[in-house]
Amino acid sequence: MRVNVTVNGEHRRADHVWEGESLLYLLRERLGLPGAKNACEQGECGSCTVYLDGVPACACLVAAGQAEGREVRTVEGLADGDELDPVQESFVERGAVQCGFCTPGLLVAAHDLIERNHQPSDAEIREALAGNLCRCTGYEKILDAVRLAAARKVEAAQ
Amino acid sequence: MSTPIPTRSPQELDDTITGGIGESPLRPDGVLKVRGEFAYSSDLWHEDMLWGATLRSPHPHALITGIDTAAALAVPGVHAVLTHEDVPGENVYGLKYQDTPALAADRVRYQGEPVAILAADHPEIARQALKEIVVHYAVLEPITDPERAAHDTTLPKLHPDGNLVRYQRIVRGDPDAEADVVVSGVYEIGMQDQAFLGPESGLAIPAEDGGVDLYLATQWLHVDQRQTAKALGLPLEKVRLTLSGVGGAFGGREDLSMQIHSCLLALRTGRPVKMVYNREESFFGHVHRHPAKMYYEHGATKDGDLVYVRARMYFDGGAYASKTPVVVGNGTTLSVGPYNVPNAKIEGWGVYSNNPTCGAMRGLGAVQPTYAYESQMDKLAAALGMDPADLRIRNAMSEGSANVTGQVIDFPAPVAELVQRVKDMPLPPENRTSPVDIRELPGGASNTTHGEGVVRGIGYGVTIKNISYAEGLDDYSTARVRLELLGGEPVAMVHTAAAEVGQGLVTLQQQIARTELGVPRVTVPPADTGVGDAGSSSASRQTYITGGAVRNACRAVADRVFARAARQLGRSPEGMALSGGKLVASDGEVLAGLADILGDEAIEETREYHHRPTYPLDPETGQGDAHVQYGFSAHRAVVDVDTELGLVKVVQLDCAQDVGKAMNPDAVIAQIQGGSAQGLGLAVMEEIQVRDGKVRNPSFTDYLIPTVLDMPPMRIDVLERADPHAPYGVRGVGEPPTISATPAIANAIRAATGLELPRVPIRPEHITGT
Ligand code: FES
Ligand code: FES
Repeated sequence: MRVNVTVNGEHRRADHVWEGESLLYLLRERLGLPGAKNACEQGECGSCTVYLDGVPACACLVAAGQAEGREVRTVEGLADGDELDPVQESFVERGAVQCGFCTPGLLVAAHDLIERNHQPSDAEIREALAGNLCRCTGYEKILDAVRLAAARKVEAAQ
Repeated sequence: MSTPIPTRSPQELDDTITGGIGESPLRPDGVLKVRGEFAYSSDLWHEDMLWGATLRSPHPHALITGIDTAAALAVPGVHAVLTHEDVPGENVYGLKYQDTPALAADRVRYQGEPVAILAADHPEIARQALKEIVVHYAVLEPITDPERAAHDTTLPKLHPDGNLVRYQRIVRGDPDAEADVVVSGVYEIGMQDQAFLGPESGLAIPAEDGGVDLYLATQWLHVDQRQTAKALGLPLEKVRLTLSGVGGAFGGREDLSMQIHSCLLALRTGRPVKMVYNREESFFGHVHRHPAKMYYEHGATKDGDLVYVRARMYFDGGAYASKTPVVVGNGTTLSVGPYNVPNAKIEGWGVYSNNPTCGAMRGLGAVQPTYAYESQMDKLAAALGMDPADLRIRNAMSEGSANVTGQVIDFPAPVAELVQRVKDMPLPPENRTSPVDIRELPGGASNTTHGEGVVRGIGYGVTIKNISYAEGLDDYSTARVRLELLGGEPVAMVHTAAAEVGQGLVTLQQQIARTELGVPRVTVPPADTGVGDAGSSSASRQTYITGGAVRNACRAVADRVFARAARQLGRSPEGMALSGGKLVASDGEVLAGLADILGDEAIEETREYHHRPTYPLDPETGQGDAHVQYGFSAHRAVVDVDTELGLVKVVQLDCAQDVGKAMNPDAVIAQIQGGSAQGLGLAVMEEIQVRDGKVRNPSFTDYLIPTVLDMPPMRIDVLERADPHAPYGVRGVGEPPTISATPAIANAIRAATGLELPRVPIRPEHITGT
């Protein structure tokens, strides 16, 4: 099967894709974008979260064929060239990254939250990130980072 | 045409961050990680690579009567199918005892034991082809009860020496002492999993010299190298290991998983072979925390002074020994906690069974007894009518105390202060009367209660954990430091084999070099076996031991700079120091730029750090100076419990810990937060459920780890009582918070409900009695 998909603004094509391959496999192993992570491949951990047509989705639960003709944005597409997105910047600054395996998925989820809601409350942040497991941080620094990123977005918008 | 994929390999970390020890510089790998560009072991790629896969036993205990690989080998796209017969070296490995086959030969001892491996063009072909391998099993009755395994000599022997891995007894003072007030209990702890997010994975590349290069995620490159080379029948120098990005470890990467297998397949096929476990396989592919059953009796005076502790504990090691000997050693030597106990009789058994193999996990061997003795301390406080925190403070050990093995603590041990500090922290408001945010209640957004039937409880947990390896092991690390001019600027390179598993070791190595050599720029190449052994990233030891090695190597480099400067400047090297890229005298006078002294000639030195010796325990009495150093932490938990549904919400979890010296204060806080989350998990949700030797929940759907909704806010108080024996005064940080969080939460749930709750994780049915 052949799959055409727009990834981070670029049109990409993959040939000889197997029926059973996930979008996650397509991105990681065929398109050379391993940023989205393969922690459970069961839709439970959120490490593989990417935007699919602007909506966060677990790439491990999407069949590669389902992405045909659609738009995907991965963690690799969050930064603007060398310039990190505020959410990436604040994750680094606030020590929200330890092993970092959960980070790409959390970044996409947090990015989406802040796009939708410039001033999320703590409860709203927790709700938005509840589908993303992190085994290292205990989440406190991740919450700090999201608060900071949201504040920066508001600042930038003003 | 599909787009070619770039080859990915572990990165050099040379980010231009700044900051010396005691500061909190950002991670040099942070930007790579947030960009999705950091190459974890499952991201590695090589053109022409094959995918490896493992066939695992469905049975916990069976004889293998035959294996037929012909059909699998005939599947198009399959390049090799290997069994134990294809292991060229010794088909056995192990961290402590050599008892684990690389591929099972005549018998399987646990469900998930590797029996055959294969390599194919595509992971799906590999998975399909596994089904074509025919293994004939004669299924046997599994041994699943650890207590029986310890005592019942009529059971079949799983290993030639029987089913006992280690027995250790500790006798102190009068083992039969009597006391006014006596409490006893039997405590059980379930099998916890490390559940690191990055799956076991790596890439093995056959080399022209007949050897192999393995890129992987591990905690200890050299121990993997030794075990792998032995199985491959190759000399050490032909098996080269390089650390790639590690997605968490927590002890679960100490034992081998795909190391030997991927190398065998690469050497057989002559092609690079990548192996990546999926989540289910990961649950079978690594060892877990030892479940335990512990019988405890505490005796105290009417005033609340501990008179004696008697305990018997059983640790289920599962099919192979792994770290079971150490778990028994730590479990017994730490069995009475950070308390003064004049009389004790402690016995610990570690056994083989047909349950999943258990080995290292954060808090190794201390998690189990801490849960038991801290439960006992609350029971004792209740029997005495005392405040539980005050009872702990009254009995707290301190510098100069002798512990249960007779070792005198010759470094600060501010246990009483830690307890007092968490006790004094402000409590959360009792908000159950005002309209409550439903999300703050047990059950959260699922709207199970509006506050009725919810009770609050407060509990304490305090622990002592040994840092570094114990009982006479020379547990050292090696560092190579090079100082040279790059682009006219002095740059230090720190090369070690120490595994960065997420904890922040690479940051710390840079901090030490910056401090010692006074240069802003420090690079860290990937850890590999091209430099001497660094030991394991476990037992809270890397900051201490590898930190010590980096310091020693830096100081050796600095001494050579001083000697060279002394020659060039014609003055004594006495009192010279390096600071801000300059050579300065003791009065602060700038003597020369470092660049001028270095010129074109790099200075490189390799040094080791060995901690002071420890000694084995006396086999009869268990007395001995077994440990190098101890870490201490105390937690106070506040919980709300919905008594009708058995749901628990941890409202607040506060911690005080002594870290000796906070080398990177932010990273210390992060370790305490992350460790506490794992302790919370064990208290209320995390358990690998095993029945008849079979794992019932090998997935993130059924093995629950705490989410952001489960973790409460934490107040953290960090003490820095320098250990005079440790480099910079450091004290290992990573493990204690995991250990003390669990009993704090369990005790809080008991305080809320008045229930006995002698087992963790505490599940809803334990609270509702259904
Ligand atoms: S990898 Fe997709 S949700 Fe875990
Ligand atoms: S930082 Fe390791 S899993 Fe989140």
